[in-house]
Amino acid sequence: MLSTYATHPEAREIVFDFLSDYDDPSILGAFWTTVQLTVFSGVGSLVWGTLLAAMRVSPVPLMRGFGTAYVNIVRNIPLTVIIVFTSLGLADIFGVTMGASDFEVQGFRLAILGLVAYTAAFVCEAIRSGINTVPLGQAEAARAIGLSFTQTLRLIVLPQAFRSVIGPLANVLIALTKNTTVAAAIGVAEAALLMKEMIENEAQTLLIGAVFAFGFVVLTLPTGLILGWLSKRLAVKR
Amino acid sequence: MSSVLYDTPGPRAKRRNVLLSVVFFVLLALLLWWVWQVMDDEGQLRWALWKPFTESQAWTTYLLPGLGNTLKAAALAMVIALPLGAFFGISRLSDHRWVRVPAGAVVEFFRAIPVLLLMLFANAFYDLYTDVSSEQRPLYAVVTGLVLYNASVLAEIVRAGILSLPRGQSEAAMAVGLRKGQTMTNVLLPQAVTAMLPAIVSQLVVIVKDTALGGVMIGFTELLSTRGTLAANYANVVQSFVVVAVIYIVLNFILTSFASWLEQRLRRSKKGTGVVLGKEDVEELNAAEVGGTFGTGAGGTV
Amino acid sequence: MKLRKVTAAAATALVLALTATACGGDDGDSDETGSGSGGGDKIKIGIKFDQPGLGLKEPDGSFSGFDVDVATYVAKELGYDADQIEWVETKSADRENALARGDVKFIAATYSINDERAAKVDFAGPYLLAHQDLLVKADSDITEATDLNDKNLCSVTGSTSAQNVKNDFAPEANLKQNSGYSECMSALQSGAVDALTTDDSILAGFAAQEQYKGQFKLAGLKLSNENYGIGVKKGDTETVNKINDALEKMVADKAWDKAVTDNFGPANYKNEPAPEIGNIVK
Repeated sequence: MLSTYATHPEAREIVFDFLSDYDDPSILGAFWTTVQLTVFSGVGSLVWGTLLAAMRVSPVPLMRGFGTAYVNIVRNIPLTVIIVFTSLGLADIFGVTMGASDFEVQGFRLAILGLVAYTAAFVCEAIRSGINTVPLGQAEAARAIGLSFTQTLRLIVLPQAFRSVIGPLANVLIALTKNTTVAAAIGVAEAALLMKEMIENEAQTLLIGAVFAFGFVVLTLPTGLILGWLSKRLAVKR
Repeated sequence: MSSVLYDTPGPRAKRRNVLLSVVFFVLLALLLWWVWQVMDDEGQLRWALWKPFTESQAWTTYLLPGLGNTLKAAALAMVIALPLGAFFGISRLSDHRWVRVPAGAVVEFFRAIPVLLLMLFANAFYDLYTDVSSEQRPLYAVVTGLVLYNASVLAEIVRAGILSLPRGQSEAAMAVGLRKGQTMTNVLLPQAVTAMLPAIVSQLVVIVKDTALGGVMIGFTELLSTRGTLAANYANVVQSFVVVAVIYIVLNFILTSFASWLEQRLRRSKKGTGVVLGKEDVEELNAAEVGGTFGTGAGGTV
Repeated sequence: MKLRKVTAAAATALVLALTATACGGDDGDSDETGSGSGGGDKIKIGIKFDQPGLGLKEPDGSFSGFDVDVATYVAKELGYDADQIEWVETKSADRENALARGDVKFIAATYSINDERAAKVDFAGPYLLAHQDLLVKADSDITEATDLNDKNLCSVTGSTSAQNVKNDFAPEANLKQNSGYSECMSALQSGAVDALTTDDSILAGFAAQEQYKGQFKLAGLKLSNENYGIGVKKGDTETVNKINDALEKMVADKAWDKAVTDNFGPANYKNEPAPEIGNIVK
């Protein structure tokens, strides 16, 4: 896309022309990639984070230890290090290609893997603190009527916990949306990478900055408002 | 051990737990074995690739200067962001709408934008409109990006800190005839700062982690990017990643532990109002809508 | 109010820790302004820090490579001893900018002369003629650029070598862009990519590293002509002329040959003969 631009220097004269000049990817296309990264990583980290939370509160000491170690290690490593390592370490050395032979697809999937690995630690903590808000009596009552550990977790504790973690999870989701920009570090063509390219090749720094900032406000603000409203709505009244 | 989820295990549960432990242990061992095998196959376990880290030069020439820059950027960002954050946090609590609303808008705006975008923008901005040398520009850009984002997060922390104080404090201040400004500077802020200290230290962890973005995306020579120079010498990409990750973990673990220590110490202290804002509290406060709109920024800790 | 003691203690500790590091920062800053304008008793020269054989920051903190030797020689001719040189890392994307601002006096960093760059900076030299080439495993059957179609190829993010292959030589190649050449080397070693492409001078340096010796070979393709020049601020003809004189002298008194032997000898890189000043091979 850089070369395309270089061949059309006259486009510089028209302020808004660059919006249409970047076809591959376009600004909307780049933001679509951002959304995809967010959604896939969001689902993935919800699953993995819930598993981790289950481990952290399980009666098996080894699992508890693993969960605790995972969270404390991953939370203290910069996401940038994790994502860059998925490409330079996992893919290049360990041969984890994520079933993709094409490097662009591979980078996209590796970025999701990195985002899931990182975000799951925060999801786990959000859920764990949610579980801790469920009164002891709830579980005692569940056990009293003969429910097993998994049944107690599945039917009694988690449904309540999930309601009280919607707020914290919403925060994690919004942070995830913003964190997808780190995928630019391994060349995934999402919003931040396009902004970097444009800002290096165009003169209208302020305008470009404003357009991309606006894009992220549009992505994060409704999420915050909707999930905020939802978390209030669904909060368990005690 | 009893918890909300399960009772003290009986004989059957104990047996099942042992079984689960064994299965989990085997799975973990398999994973580690696979990692070890691949590393071995690829020759990544050769001592020659790890040895540089036992010598002082790898540290003094590459890693420590990088770490120094990481800490420099983080410290500068925190020192600049704190007063800014306090200013905006207090402004958001103002009685005047024309102060409160713009301050809120600024805070919400910068929390909604990825810090990478702010860094990229600052980098381009300094390039075009200032005469900062291209050697110093990445540092300026990284610090600017971090300040803009973290000032807005700190603003929320300050606001939460002040709101967490018992009403009696400001009422008593008013009763003895202090004006609004005096109440803030003499009564509320000193106590809020105490309450906020652990949260502020926790925020340092976020800042340290975010400096790595500057290394990859705008050429700031911090720890992660000096790793590249190091690997060019010793041809040890994986090994250098492991070492750098460990450095980050240790550094941030120290910061986190310091924050917890502060928090506990302040909580135990019988003096004052006993209000403390820990990391978790701030996360919760962010989520639980402390007046104003629901936070668009995630808790600063992610 | 009684809380003050704890607060004060903690706050002091925090502030002290912060200012201690911050002060370190200030020292660095004042350093920069002192020598920013060139002249004085220091000279700032832009090189690469991560390219063995051309410009490399050694573990002992010194710098080595052909670019470094050429730059040292030129600096001497300009009136600066080796200990007056301050080496500055100029990454590829930053080179024009650093010159335009006068952050460095000149740049010798595998800086090949082309029209686009010549519009922004002035070039002295060339002082070396390199070619884009492929580095492959010693037992690889890749002998031509077209063999790369459907193969995995590695290069550094945003480099022109990568684009050349994509646009001209092997459009079907699957291109991985890594942050540095050493990262491409490890991918090549593990087999994640089949070839690494950039200038042969750079490739030779990496292939000759202790950890990689004997494992890789250059395909020997001259896919392009890269005339390495010394970048100087646009319009600074005086410096360009001085550097050109220095380069001519370097070739004449065999220091150029010595630099070649010292730096490319171990890498077994068969370089082109010293180019004539101003003779840019298209």
